[in-house]
Amino acid sequence: MLTVLQTELIRVFSKWRTYIGFIAIGVLIPIIIFAMKAEGNSYLGFATQSLQQVFTFTGNLMNGYTVAYIILGSLLVHIPLLVTLVAGDILAGEATAGTYRLLFTKPVSRTKIVVAKFITAQICSALLVLFLAVLSLGLGTLVLGVGEVVVIRSEITIIAQNDALWRFFLAYGFAVLSMGTITTIAFFFSALVENAIGPIMTTMAIIIVMNIISAIDIPLFEVVRQYFFTTNMNAGRYFFDNPVDTQFVVKNALILLGHIAVLFTATLYIMNKKDILT
Amino acid sequence: MEPIIEVEDLHKIYGDVHAVKGLSFTVERGDVYGFLGPNGAGKSTTIRILLTLIKPTSGTVRIFGKPLSQNRQHILSRIGAIVERPDFYNYLSAERNLQILGMLSGTNVSKAKLMRTLAIVGLEDRAKSKVKTFSHGMKQRLGIAQALIHNPDLIILDEPSTGLDPQGMVDLRNLILELSADHKKTIFLSSHILPEVELTASKMVIINKGTAMVEGSVRELISEGKLRVTFEVDSAEKAASVISSSAFADRLTSIDENSVFLKLSRSETSAVTQLLVQNEVSVEAVIPVRSLEDYFISITQGTK
Repeated sequence: MLTVLQTELIRVFSKWRTYIGFIAIGVLIPIIIFAMKAEGNSYLGFATQSLQQVFTFTGNLMNGYTVAYIILGSLLVHIPLLVTLVAGDILAGEATAGTYRLLFTKPVSRTKIVVAKFITAQICSALLVLFLAVLSLGLGTLVLGVGEVVVIRSEITIIAQNDALWRFFLAYGFAVLSMGTITTIAFFFSALVENAIGPIMTTMAIIIVMNIISAIDIPLFEVVRQYFFTTNMNAGRYFFDNPVDTQFVVKNALILLGHIAVLFTATLYIMNKKDILT
Repeated sequence: MEPIIEVEDLHKIYGDVHAVKGLSFTVERGDVYGFLGPNGAGKSTTIRILLTLIKPTSGTVRIFGKPLSQNRQHILSRIGAIVERPDFYNYLSAERNLQILGMLSGTNVSKAKLMRTLAIVGLEDRAKSKVKTFSHGMKQRLGIAQALIHNPDLIILDEPSTGLDPQGMVDLRNLILELSADHKKTIFLSSHILPEVELTASKMVIINKGTAMVEGSVRELISEGKLRVTFEVDSAEKAASVISSSAFADRLTSIDENSVFLKLSRSETSAVTQLLVQNEVSVEAVIPVRSLEDYFISITQGTK
């Protein structure tokens, strides 16, 4: 199994497509951080203006931690596209290139090959989140320093500086799970078609449709949307609540893991039954 | 002889298309086995079944004496194959492609072995080049290299000479003969270039519309039936007139300015030559042709 995984990693990390996501994040995060350095205080002042009428804010609120929190929340909406670039191509790309014929005539079970590809896609997805974490936290604190995390949602929570890092650790961990779910969806569609564009477009279309349904406030949708992966994907931000509703976060995580288990099993079944005609 | 591939009553149905209909054949150890048929005959489907790329609708396949469906990995570890186009990971070098494919075949490919295998197909100087820079012929040769990298007992080659230049085709033919004679490999060779099969295969099966039309040794199949004989003469009209008034009238197929063409057996060829000479027709040359191509065309067009 390790040999199959090794060959898969060699192939995926030899493709420039794999690095598109890293390049995009590598360009985007510094732009956001330097923009926040220039304009961040007025952004934060606007968000907290009602509180400032009652409280006096001291210290460095527009710091690396706050910016990393803002980036984490906003980019989780857009990173899926970057994640699908690898996951959508990992099976369909073999069909496009005609290399299924090479791969599936080797003395390795199809299950092993599919598992190796799945692990590789998940590694790429996790590395992308890790890169996002290192860059936003590392460059953020380097440029803006450290301080309290200002969490602005329906209410404002201020997390103490020495209470922030473990929350980031868990939030990024949850982001790995969320992006892992997106990866699994793209991986599933990649098994069905012979061109990488299809899985990428289909996965993004599903995300958009589910987000639209979630945004419409109709009781019927209320019942189903709690099971949408798009609803559960953002639960990582609840690690910045005080106290953290662990039960709620675990429930969200289990729903995402359920998506991964069902879709991965379906992919394995499809690939084991598939006639290779390309 | 030990059977290496045993196919029995094989069927494959895709929707309304019955691609393989009750195909049966046996390949024995050391054979260079020609697998012939026109386009759409079911050759590629059969090869894909042998390599587990597709599942048969019914029928049995045994390779190395074991059922394929229950011994897939063990059997595939002893097979090297090219299936249709030689597609590779174009963004990797030839060396890297072979290394990866060798690893997947369960072989720890040393640098020296890798270079030796590339040298067999004349690609040792391009080991570091990315495959996307290769011509079709070079990819085809790399395909042969990847089929040999793990030293398999059975080599399945699906249209291996497609895209090769004339020298490449000669090299391939010599390589096949060498692998069979010197290395005792069993070779299953599908090709539409029939002279290639004629020159390399010891046995063959001709299939058409998913069914085996005939199976046997190439030598026997070629010697069976009539020859197409060209008589080059001083007067084709006179020769044709002599033949038309003889017992061989129905064997005359056509004439041109200096030649008459007949379908004859070997003994009849001698009799016709004698007949022409006795009737004062000057016979300048007698050219008998009995190629597998004639046989192949007659089989697949249903004239035999």
